[in-house]
Amino acid sequence: MGKLIIKLYHPAALLLLLISCQRSGQHTIIQNKGSDTLVNLAQMWAEEYSKVEPTVALAVSGGGSGTGIAALINGTVDIANSSRRIKNQEKHDAEKFHQAAVQEHIVGYDALAVFVHPKNPIDGMTIEEIGCIYGKRGKCNYWSDIRGTVVPGCKDNQIIRISRQSNSGTYQYFRDAILGPTQDFRLGSMDLNGSREGIDMVAQTPCSIGYTGMGYLSNHVKTICIAKDSQSQCIAPTPANALDRSYPIARELFMYTVGPLKSDLKKFFDWIKTDAAKKLTIQSGFVPVP
Amino acid sequence: METQSIRSKRSVRPRSERVIEGLIKAGGMSSILFIAGILLFILKESSGYIFGSFNFVEFFTSGEWNPASVEKIEYGTLALLAGTLSVTMLSMVFAVPIGLACAFYISEFCPPQLRETYKILIEFLAAIPSVVWGFIAVVIVNPLLINSFGVATGLNILNAALILSLMSLPLIVSIGEDALRAVPESYREAAEGLGATKWEIATRVLLPAAKNGLMAAALLGVGRALGETMAVLMATGHSIRFPSSVFDPVRTLTATIAAELGESPKGGEHYQVLFALGLYLFILSFAINILADWLVRGRGKKV
Amino acid sequence: MYAPNQQLINKNIREERFKSILSFLTVIIFFPALMIILWLLIKGGPALSWEFIFSSPTKGMTAGGIFPAIVGTLWLVGLCVIISCPLGVLAAIYLSEYAKDNHTTRIIRLCILNLAGVPSIVHALFGLGAFVLFLRMGTSILAASCTLAVMNLPVIITSTLESLQAVPRSFREASWSVGASKLQTIRHIVLPNSIPGILTGMVFAVSRAAGETAAILFTGVAFYLPFLPMNVFDQCMSLSMHLFTISTQVVGVPDSYSYATALVLISMVLVVNTLSVAMRWYFRSRRKW
Repeated sequence: MGKLIIKLYHPAALLLLLISCQRSGQHTIIQNKGSDTLVNLAQMWAEEYSKVEPTVALAVSGGGSGTGIAALINGTVDIANSSRRIKNQEKHDAEKFHQAAVQEHIVGYDALAVFVHPKNPIDGMTIEEIGCIYGKRGKCNYWSDIRGTVVPGCKDNQIIRISRQSNSGTYQYFRDAILGPTQDFRLGSMDLNGSREGIDMVAQTPCSIGYTGMGYLSNHVKTICIAKDSQSQCIAPTPANALDRSYPIARELFMYTVGPLKSDLKKFFDWIKTDAAKKLTIQSGFVPVP
Repeated sequence: METQSIRSKRSVRPRSERVIEGLIKAGGMSSILFIAGILLFILKESSGYIFGSFNFVEFFTSGEWNPASVEKIEYGTLALLAGTLSVTMLSMVFAVPIGLACAFYISEFCPPQLRETYKILIEFLAAIPSVVWGFIAVVIVNPLLINSFGVATGLNILNAALILSLMSLPLIVSIGEDALRAVPESYREAAEGLGATKWEIATRVLLPAAKNGLMAAALLGVGRALGETMAVLMATGHSIRFPSSVFDPVRTLTATIAAELGESPKGGEHYQVLFALGLYLFILSFAINILADWLVRGRGKKV
Repeated sequence: MYAPNQQLINKNIREERFKSILSFLTVIIFFPALMIILWLLIKGGPALSWEFIFSSPTKGMTAGGIFPAIVGTLWLVGLCVIISCPLGVLAAIYLSEYAKDNHTTRIIRLCILNLAGVPSIVHALFGLGAFVLFLRMGTSILAASCTLAVMNLPVIITSTLESLQAVPRSFREASWSVGASKLQTIRHIVLPNSIPGILTGMVFAVSRAAGETAAILFTGVAFYLPFLPMNVFDQCMSLSMHLFTISTQVVGVPDSYSYATALVLISMVLVVNTLSVAMRWYFRSRRKW
């Protein structure tokens, strides 16, 4: 029997090699990488688009907005998904590498929602209070520091900060919008791997607070409204408030390409503007571009 | 006359044989090639940082790991090292005693029929993929810890240590068992001849005789726990801090590389620093492996 | 005539007690693993179906099946074994038949030990630097499989070496004495008798490669592909990566779906291991010495 397996080894290897030589001529592949906020929407678009154009396939990967833009600079992707605007330095690097201009496509709008455990009595916070919790210069470590709140079921009333990793566009946008351009996050937050982990974590942990794109909210957690300052009204993260920018931390969702659009890419971006694609955007919890 | 003809036959070996023997020798050298290759490539990709803005004091003694900072970019690895060490050491507190006890049991006390079964079960335990362990850490151990200890979060050092101990147990058991088997039968027979019971043989004769091999087993378990990536990425809560209790979430060196490598543009400083972290890990695991090997070969010459 | 005194009786009682403590400790190792598998079966069983295994993920990966991930894993594992086996067997043959007891051999053994102990993320870094970038394979199944092959080399070398050394020296001597050359002896006598060990090593490599995530993260695996990989330069999905993404990133995946994915992955690995155990029993019964 062993001899049989050894005998089969050569044909098997040859077969694999033969298959390899037949390159995938049937498919044009569009490499699409980046934001974890956008990745689920991008994946749904990829699913739907392969029915519209069967010869074109989108290969979707996550990794964070930073990952996508880095790949754009390196020339390993066609489309970089990003939930934050590209930085000037990144734009410069990309244009230098490709000797062509970076094109920005806005594909949707998102409100960055802050959420807490359902038992937490807090209904809304100001940007300053959130900054006090998350920022390096902030000193709020206990829920009692926020207007004397006491959270039932939370040991010592401590605040457990759920955050994202630094490659996440959500992380960077949150920092810019809430903490300001010159303040870092305070180290010691739990920097989880993805939106779902964050939601699951906060749903189970009374002491915790987290943030994510509007599309990932679930009714296992309590979304709070945000006020620009203690005088302003507290606005909830809804699609309407995201579109008219009344919600203080609303943002655009981007897809970046470099150079003049090839026909396949152009067809894809045209398709994103159709109703079928917009339906998927709404399904993901984001706001389509009107 | 006959010897002459044999000699001449021997020296005219067909070319194909020499080619194949060359291939065999090349294959033998391949492991050296790969280890050298790993070292080389990691050095190459991190050299820009190491010979450039590398700050020895900051890298090894600062707890501020802030590569994407807007205030001051800092690459301090001390908190990460604390995370790695705390998780590894706690897991060894569980795994080493139990693993060695298990090795003793399987090797000395267990009825022979059960021995095979246990060894197969240990293999199965070893085969469980690390991402499945990470999944279990998040969905099973996490709520278990929250409910049993009333702590704020179940993704912490204890969670990761429990998972890691289950992951390194098979290695400790199998290498410990090899070490015990390497003790010559004559030792056992001599002790039995003097009237020792099985337990006394195990503790008074085998333990000292195999102690180098057993230490090597423990060390290799440490190496395994130190190098684990996916399971700790999911189980530790990925939080940069110096832990003050086993219920604190931490971040390990391995998880940092896995989480941040994709973000950094190739050749950029962050990218190079992550490769430098890889070098750090490589040197740590290299040291552990050399030590384990020396224990088994160098000092254990009397066995 | 010889009556045991109290001291001896106490010693025996203590001995039994220690023995039962040890056997208890041994059993509790398996207890968590058993509970975990049972729990996976209970929570993931309902989602298992032919459709789950053979269809693609739909509705943003919250429904449908995991077929592309299974196919991707098979690609990675198959190519990894094809690359690492010949290399590993050659290396083991060198160590067993040709290597002298000198410094170089000592270094080779050390390198094999180190290769086995290198953290998987460092292998990923090596794969990125060497295969994806330097050899310009790009992120592809080929680069990922090469990385996995380097990871699994020690496993194949060690088990092949063990079985080569288990072949009695008398077999070789008999062959040499009738005039066969070293190579002929290896090819016709030693290797055929070591096939069980080689196969065991291959099987171990398969189960390790199937479960590996970190090493393939940057070298060849994608979050979602709407097509099945057609050649070694494509990317692929993989079961291990799929489990990671649906449990950390994709919101709205029903629990049973993730448990079922974990179940499929564990079953694949356990089936392969059972195969290895069965093969070893079969070959042991046919052993000629």
